[in-house]
Amino acid sequence: MRPYLAVLSARFRTLLQYRVAAVAGFATQICWGFIRFMTFEAFYRSTDAVPPMTYEEMVAYVWLGQALLGMLPWNPDAEVRDMIRSGAVAYELARPVDLYGYWYARAVALRLAPLMLRTLPVLVLAWLFFDMPLPADPEAAFAWLAATVLAIAVSAAMTTLITLSMLWSVSGEGISNLMTIVVMVCSGMIIPLPLFPDWAQPVLNTLPFRALMDGPFRLYSGHIPLDEAMAVFAHQVIWLALLIRLGRFLLRRGVHRLVVKGG
Amino acid sequence: MFDAIRLYCQYFRVSVQAQMQYRVSFVLLTLSQFLTTGIEFVAIWALFDRFGSIKGWTLPEVALFYSLAHIAFAFADALGRGFDRMDQFVRNGELDRLLLRPRSVALQVAGSELILRRVGRLAQALVVLVWAVGELDVAWSAVKILLLLSVIGGGTCFFYALFVLHATLALWTVESLEITAAFTYGGVQTAQYPLTIYRPWFRRFFTVVLPMACVTYFPVLALLEKPDPLGSSEVFQWMAPAGGVLFLAVALQIWRIGLKHYTSTGS
Repeated sequence: MRPYLAVLSARFRTLLQYRVAAVAGFATQICWGFIRFMTFEAFYRSTDAVPPMTYEEMVAYVWLGQALLGMLPWNPDAEVRDMIRSGAVAYELARPVDLYGYWYARAVALRLAPLMLRTLPVLVLAWLFFDMPLPADPEAAFAWLAATVLAIAVSAAMTTLITLSMLWSVSGEGISNLMTIVVMVCSGMIIPLPLFPDWAQPVLNTLPFRALMDGPFRLYSGHIPLDEAMAVFAHQVIWLALLIRLGRFLLRRGVHRLVVKGG
Repeated sequence: MFDAIRLYCQYFRVSVQAQMQYRVSFVLLTLSQFLTTGIEFVAIWALFDRFGSIKGWTLPEVALFYSLAHIAFAFADALGRGFDRMDQFVRNGELDRLLLRPRSVALQVAGSELILRRVGRLAQALVVLVWAVGELDVAWSAVKILLLLSVIGGGTCFFYALFVLHATLALWTVESLEITAAFTYGGVQTAQYPLTIYRPWFRRFFTVVLPMACVTYFPVLALLEKPDPLGSSEVFQWMAPAGGVLFLAVALQIWRIGLKHYTSTGS
C-alpha cells in the first residue's frame, strides 16, 4: 500500500501549487452557483405543482454541486496521457508496482486536490448567505460523508478509464468532450436528477454517474431517507468494482498491444 | 479603414485554411460543441417539463432569449479568441512583436485566431431559434427582422467587449484569471433567461454595469410585444441594442489605455 499512498500525496502536493488560480476559480464558482440557484429559485416560485424535491433539498443539491464540481471525472490524467504519446510510458511499465493501482492513486489525487481549496469555502458562503440548509441530521451528515468518499473512489476509477482510453486514441479531446456532457448531465450537476421527467428516472438511477453526486447529495438533505442509504452505497460499491475490473482488463489489453519504439 | 478590413479578411482566410487541414478533427470538435452547448437547452426543457413556466414566461419565449444569447456569444467567441489568449501573448513576448508592427494591435490580436468550431454552438442555437420562432405567435415584419439582427449584432459586440476587457486585465496580471469567465460564460448563462427572474441587484448589475440586458432582455420584449414588468418604454427597447456597440467602444478605449501602460514582461 505504501508506494500508492506516496504517489497520491506527492501528486497532491504538486496539484495544490496553484493557489491564486484556486481563489479566482472559487469566486467564479460562487457566481456560477448563484446564477444557477436563482434560476431554480424562480422555477420553484412560479409553480403550484409539487416538485419531486422540496426547495431546501434543491438548494442543498445545487450548492453541493458547486462545491464538489472539481471531483467530476471529465478529463484524463494529462501527464500519463503525454507519457503514452511520447513513449515514456515504457518507464511506467518498468516500475515494480501494480500499474493500475499506481495510476488509480494518481487519479485519486487529481480528483481530490481541487476539493481541498474550494469545497469548504463554497459551502461556508452558501450556508451563510444563500439559504443552504445544514444536513438533515447528524446521521445524514455521516451518510453523506461516507457516500462522498465512495463518490471520489468511483470518480477516480472513471478517470483511470479515460486515461486508459489514451492507449487507443491520440488526442483524447473527443473522449473528454463526450465525458463532460455525459457526466455533467447524468451526475446531477446540470439539474438535480429527481427534476428530470419521471420516465428518465430508472435509467438515471441505474447509470454509474449518479454515484458521483446525486446519491451523496440526496443523503445530505434527507431526500433519500437513512434506511435507504444502504441502496445508495451498494450502487456505488457495485459500480466501483465493475469500473475497476474493466480498467484492469483494458490495461492488460492495452499493454499487451503496446509497442514502444526507440532506445 | 478599408485596408484594415482587407487585412482582417486575409487573417480570416489563413486561419480557416489552417483549421481545414485537419478536417475530421474539425468535424468532430464542431459536433461535440453542438452537443455540449445543446445540453443546456435540454436542461431548460426538462425544467419546463417539470415546472410548466418560470415567472410567467413560457418555454418558447425563454428559447428565444436562449438562442439569441448563444448566437451572439458564438460569434464573439469565434472572432475574439485572440483576446482570450492575451495572457500567452504577454508571457511569451508576442505582444511586443505586435506593438512593433505599423498596424493597430487590436486588429492583429483580433485576427490572430478564428475558431471555426464555434459553428457548433451557433448551429445549436439556430435550431432552437427556428423552433422558438415557429412556436411563438410573433407578427414578423421587416423592421422586426432588422431588430432581431441588431440584437445579434449588439450581443456579439457586448460579448466581444468582455473578451477585450479580459485581455486588458491580462496586461497587468500576466496570468489569465478565471474570474472573467464569471462574466463571459456567466453572462450567457444569465442571458438565456429573461431578466425578471433574477434578484433586483443582480438585474441592475447586468443592466447598468454590464449592459447585457440592452442586447437581450429589452429588445426581445419589443420583438414579443410584451409589456415590460420592469417598466421600460418601447422606444428604449428598440434602441437598446446600440448599448452593446457603445459598450464595445468603451472597452476598446480602456484597452488602448491599458496598452499605453503596458510594460513588457522581459526576458
